Amino acid sequence: MSDLRDLYQELILDHGRQPRNFRAIEGASGDADGYNPLCGDKVHVYVKTDGEIVTDVSFTGDGCAISKASASLMTQAVKGRTTTETERLFASFHALVTGQGDSTEAAGGKLDVFAGVVEFPARVKCASLAWHTLRAALAGRGAAVTTE
Amino acid sequence: MSAALHTPSRAAVPFDPAAVRAQCPILATTVHGKPLVYLDNAATAQKPLAVLDAERDYYTTANANVHRGVHFLSEEATRRYEAARGAVRRFVHAAGDDEIVFVRGTTEAVNLVAHSFVGPRLTPGDEIVITHLEHHSNIVPWQLLCERTGAVLRVAPIDDRGDVDAAVLERLLASPRARFLAMAHVSNALGTILPVAAFTALAHAHGIPVLVDGAQAAPHLPVDVQALGCDFYAFSGHKVFGPTGIGALYARREHLEAMIPWQGGGDMIASVTFEKTTWNRVPYKFEAGTPNIAGAIGLAAALDWLSAQDLAQVAAYEHDLLAYGTAALSAVPGLRLVGTAVAKASVLSFTLAGVHPHDVGTILDGEGIAIRTGHHCAQPVMDRFGIPATARASLALYNLRTDLDALVAGLARVRALFPA
Repeated sequence: MSDLRDLYQELILDHGRQPRNFRAIEGASGDADGYNPLCGDKVHVYVKTDGEIVTDVSFTGDGCAISKASASLMTQAVKGRTTTETERLFASFHALVTGQGDSTEAAGGKLDVFAGVVEFPARVKCASLAWHTLRAALAGRGAAVTTE
Repeated sequence: MSAALHTPSRAAVPFDPAAVRAQCPILATTVHGKPLVYLDNAATAQKPLAVLDAERDYYTTANANVHRGVHFLSEEATRRYEAARGAVRRFVHAAGDDEIVFVRGTTEAVNLVAHSFVGPRLTPGDEIVITHLEHHSNIVPWQLLCERTGAVLRVAPIDDRGDVDAAVLERLLASPRARFLAMAHVSNALGTILPVAAFTALAHAHGIPVLVDGAQAAPHLPVDVQALGCDFYAFSGHKVFGPTGIGALYARREHLEAMIPWQGGGDMIASVTFEKTTWNRVPYKFEAGTPNIAGAIGLAAALDWLSAQDLAQVAAYEHDLLAYGTAALSAVPGLRLVGTAVAKASVLSFTLAGVHPHDVGTILDGEGIAIRTGHHCAQPVMDRFGIPATARASLALYNLRTDLDALVAGLARVRALFPA
């Protein structure tokens, strides 16, 4: 097994401890629930858009360090981008954590701290839950997202 | 309940956990370069060579279909399969072999009873009573049955330690509409040992039949269905050191006789015509299709292996191990044990302040330590304690104090990554 430090990088531990944009958004343009039935992790993602631009994004909920850090870094990476860019970012992030890609350059590489997740298959869902939920919030799908 | 309920052990040798451990090959392996520390026994137990050998021997010397052929192998396969039924009967102290139905596991057993026994007795508004600490497999089949029949599920609450509130349970059982009680013998998420004999007596005082989910009890406690007085007792082979995909349902003979079939197919019939089919006698009426023959034989080997130990000594040893683990974990800063009933078996469920159980599990795995993290298929229990999940170490007779020392050392590693 690769070193646990590959998974629990400083940036992940920091965002897991003190998640950014950890709040609700009043008057959000969209929001959605995400749920991982395997571990009980719950996340609620809020987005505010102005046309194509994601002007604000935030989340609430509870989960492991990986899932909270992923949600936190996601909000930072997505804020100010277009919905199309966000979709592209999701694709590269998903490829990264599932071992089908090696970088998330589009986000300035900051999300690359999740590259270690690929060595921990049981944790891929933790890292991707917030992203799936964000897509549902953007798509205006009311139904809860699950990792299953 | 006392270990003396078990029939006297055949082995006079003192119980030696290290010797038992040496009989389970997987326990000598390494994980991520570290010696395996297996503390996930409530999920599934590891298998002794006796079980592996029994399955292999069956396939290499006796494999054939049962209850069918006149040839040598079929008769031998049938003999071993029925001998396995006898082993289960001895293990649970049933009155007869025909009170033992082989099933895939506890889940199927509960579904079978819901479908074939309870369902036909219900009318809308009738009540099925369970407890708050049940595994999903002793909740969902009853919810499905309620949907189908218009019956209502009633749940006896648990207190902060994880004990069932006996007074409320008694009230629920006193309801004129209460028709059935289903409860765990041991809670998989909390370790609570329920006073099932007393609860069964309460239910019977109101004429209510009882099912006991023994999945977590069978590996740790003597099971004597006649002393417990229950109508049904279900357990899974894989949690009691046997193979997966096999388990057993004990049911009182008169119930089996009165019950409708579970699945239709071969072996469960006496005769078939397009006009009318008659059922085979019990327990075969409930065993449609070719059964898991090798699994049943492996299960019997597991039960014989377990019963060959001095079970009173095993119980004392496990009790001591649990007390040792409880004390060791209680000394870990920020650790909160979830489930602190006075009568407990095997389970040490806990949370660690500031660290999600999933992270605890991943870091411990890096140390070769296998525990379960999550809701343990008991989400209502998690909700009761206001937590999404716990980390759970669960013990078996082959665990040693050194396993628990390794767990505590592993938790120090967790704390190093996640400072308080």
